[in-house]
Amino acid sequence: MSAIDVEALLTIVRNHGNRPTQLLQILREVQDRFRHVPHWAIEQISEVMGVPRTQIQGVAEFYSFLSLEPQGRFHILLSDSISDHLLGSRELGAYLCERLRVQPNETRNDGRVSFAYTSCTGLCDQGPAGLVNGQWLAQLDRAKVDRIVELVETDVPLSSWPAELFGVADNVRRTGLLLDNPVVPGSALRASLQRGLEATFAELEKSGLRGRGGAGFQTAWKWKFCFEGPEELAVCPTDKGQQTVERYVVCNADEGEPGTFKDRMLLHSHAHQVFEGMTLCADIVGARQGFLYLRGEYLALRPTLEAVLAERRTAGLLGNGILGRPDFDFDIEIHMGAGAYICGEESALIESLEGKRGVPRNRPPYPVTHGYLGRPTVVNNVETFAAAAAIGLKGGDWFAAHGTEKAKGSKLLSICGDCERPGIYEYDFGVSLAEILRDCGARDPLGIQVGGPSGVFVSAREFDRKLAFEDLATGGSFMIFDQSRDILAIARNFTQFFAHESCGFCTPCRVGTSLLSNTLDKICDGHGTPHDLVELTKLGKLVKGASHCGLGQTAANPVLSTLERFPELYESRLKTISFEPGFDLDGALATARRLSGRDDALAHLEQEGL
Amino acid sequence: MSIHTISIDGQTVPFEDGDTVMSAATRAGIYIPHLCHNPEFTPHGSCKLCTVKVNGRNCTACTFPADEDQTVLNNTPELTELRRTITQMLFVEGNHFCPSCEKSGNCQLQAVGYHLNMLDGHFPHFYPSREVDASHPDILLDRDRCIYCELCVRASREADGKNVFAIAGRGVLNHLVVNSASGLLKDSDLQASDKAADVCPVGAILVKRHGFEAPIGARIYDRQTLAEASLAREMRPEGAENE
Ligand SMILES: Cc1cc2nc3c(=O)[nH]c(=O)nc-3n(C[C@H](O)[C@H](O)[C@H](O)COP(=O)(O)O)c2cc1C
Ligand code: SF4
Ligand code: SF4
Ligand code: FES
Repeated sequence: MSAIDVEALLTIVRNHGNRPTQLLQILREVQDRFRHVPHWAIEQISEVMGVPRTQIQGVAEFYSFLSLEPQGRFHILLSDSISDHLLGSRELGAYLCERLRVQPNETRNDGRVSFAYTSCTGLCDQGPAGLVNGQWLAQLDRAKVDRIVELVETDVPLSSWPAELFGVADNVRRTGLLLDNPVVPGSALRASLQRGLEATFAELEKSGLRGRGGAGFQTAWKWKFCFEGPEELAVCPTDKGQQTVERYVVCNADEGEPGTFKDRMLLHSHAHQVFEGMTLCADIVGARQGFLYLRGEYLALRPTLEAVLAERRTAGLLGNGILGRPDFDFDIEIHMGAGAYICGEESALIESLEGKRGVPRNRPPYPVTHGYLGRPTVVNNVETFAAAAAIGLKGGDWFAAHGTEKAKGSKLLSICGDCERPGIYEYDFGVSLAEILRDCGARDPLGIQVGGPSGVFVSAREFDRKLAFEDLATGGSFMIFDQSRDILAIARNFTQFFAHESCGFCTPCRVGTSLLSNTLDKICDGHGTPHDLVELTKLGKLVKGASHCGLGQTAANPVLSTLERFPELYESRLKTISFEPGFDLDGALATARRLSGRDDALAHLEQEGL
Repeated sequence: MSIHTISIDGQTVPFEDGDTVMSAATRAGIYIPHLCHNPEFTPHGSCKLCTVKVNGRNCTACTFPADEDQTVLNNTPELTELRRTITQMLFVEGNHFCPSCEKSGNCQLQAVGYHLNMLDGHFPHFYPSREVDASHPDILLDRDRCIYCELCVRASREADGKNVFAIAGRGVLNHLVVNSASGLLKDSDLQASDKAADVCPVGAILVKRHGFEAPIGARIYDRQTLAEASLAREMRPEGAENE
């Protein structure tokens, strides 16, 4: 490390005001600059910020996009989402590695390039997709890979790479209630001002809007609980003027569920509306600070988003004295994630906002009353805020006239997989799966994964089911698989995803997801027995019932829902014996054979089950 | 002076404001199996061994607040099986060689295995490669046996004011790290007299030169069941020494 390096590091820390809550943001910039988080940097940061080294190391090792070992000057990631697999991403990855002469998870000796697979890049409608130094690469093919290899080998800086490599499309295929009625910047806030805050809140309540992030909690209630605050602060102001407790508004733009990319489009093309919804929320609950928690994979959106924020500040829609009201101050800061699906879980997200590892908190208390820095905090999905802004402008009845009894309004879907027109579709709640399949041009579908890996696999027999909280709830992921696809391979991909993304805090999820993944591997590799199916079901139920947070509670869904619907597919992979050991005795001797230089018949062992 | 009560396995149990299901149960002399919980430190809720059914839903007794109208199930065949499976998971995830471990007989993981009638590991072992740190003159850190209960983390922070330990990594790659420039225990400010050196429920952190002071056969859980020993330790009023 040189004096220049140290100075660069100290500048990064200083730019973040030495605040421990900025630790993840600081480490992201350190990673960017040094291609890793060097040991000396941990020491320095610990010293100047007074944060224990262990916390810094803990954070650096938790997030996939940070590393303690140097990555290449060009760091390439390829998405491992199932939709990318269907489009041949693994073969493409192997080709890329061969051409670049690197192994996955390794950095080439000259330090120029490194390669790895990553969970999901949010480009499932335009895969195979990946990232190079955090910038999106869409619709990759061999020709593009050749081009990338050439650029890497000739050391062309990323800023000079041809723009067409980075092109990402919105792919909006069908609009509805929300997308047909965009909110002009400021108009929802003005309407609400005219109507009065109480009346606007009543409109939100009347709209019946429920969270768009998956769980579907009533948005109005969430805002109300935040406004009322925790019991021990019962002196909580009913009148904003006397407000003493800080409150926070957080937009959850983590969008980590594989197959979900509708928030990407909203942030790209409707950021004003999303921020307007956050500002409306801040007005109602009495918050002065907001955060947009943006997943690391969406780094490319950041400049656009910063520009929109700046525009809003200039227009008096953010900052001090919004709309000329001296009592209304609110601003929004962007916080970047760094490759961790668990950070979409709201309490893990808050931990991450505070600069820590993304480990979900114990509940109760809930974030609405004890969130960011222990203060009342609203966490809502991107689409929820966009819808809230529209309701603020057009009123609750306008919204509630659409959808079903328990699911008002419309829903944005991200459709990918085996269909002619992947992309974003907006429907009123209550739409049937069959109608959606028709619209996007799905031929001969075998089944749909609704709600991403944590959702359910719906088979062709169930295509008359409806999207609504009454039937199939969804955060927006809609992955289609045709008859040629292997269900077990799909379940295996999803299960590996959860095992990779488990935060590791609690035993059932940390160990259970690995056991599920290993058992599926055993079955897929042809070593499974009927005993393993029984085990799989028991294990799945335990992981579901005993895990600490939503990740573990849903991690077994792919296994359980496919086992239930397609038992014959699992059975056809099994050996006829009832039991086979989970390890490969002969395989275990491979090291000994290599060391002894012996590979004759007697150096091998037969292994038979019962 | 509280008249609030909950029901645990049909027994009426009084609770006070701020009680968790675990603390109310302990005061009433009811044992709920646990590993990451120790009443002296902030509840953690990670091992999930204390899972009970509260009004039909699984909850961790050590973190879940006691409240009116709670019907808690603790000692049921279903919960015993769940806890046994979780214990098996902890065994296969690390490297536990009970017969050669100095902690045998004093180890809560082992004792909970006996308590739950766990007869085998059931799952294939992970055989992870974990580092032993014997650098400290007085303390041994054998990560093979760590179950990520974070008791040492909490004890170091809350009782010793030192922050010697933390968990780093993610998922199955989690590992215990030590706060020193070299990452070694000898360069940290951990002392054998620290709470953190004494709190580990398994044999991951051991104070050196005290091995076999009590011979096997005369150790804590050789003489008392885990339930008796835990209750005797934890029913005592706050501030009492643990051991
Ligand atoms: C593992 C996990 C990942 C999640 N990821 C997201 C996400 O990426 N975006 C999101 O809005 N909600 C996500 N959620 C749900 C959030 O915890 C939370 O319910 C949501 O942000 C609330 O917003 P809403 O009420 O507007 O839906 C996730 C939940 C879990 C358990
Ligand atoms: S369920 Fe999984 S992700 Fe959630 S806290 Fe437990 S280990 Fe972490
Ligand atoms: S070393 Fe012991 S006390 Fe610390 S986390 Fe591991 S098992 Fe728990
Ligand atoms: S003792 Fe309650 S979760 Fe560990």
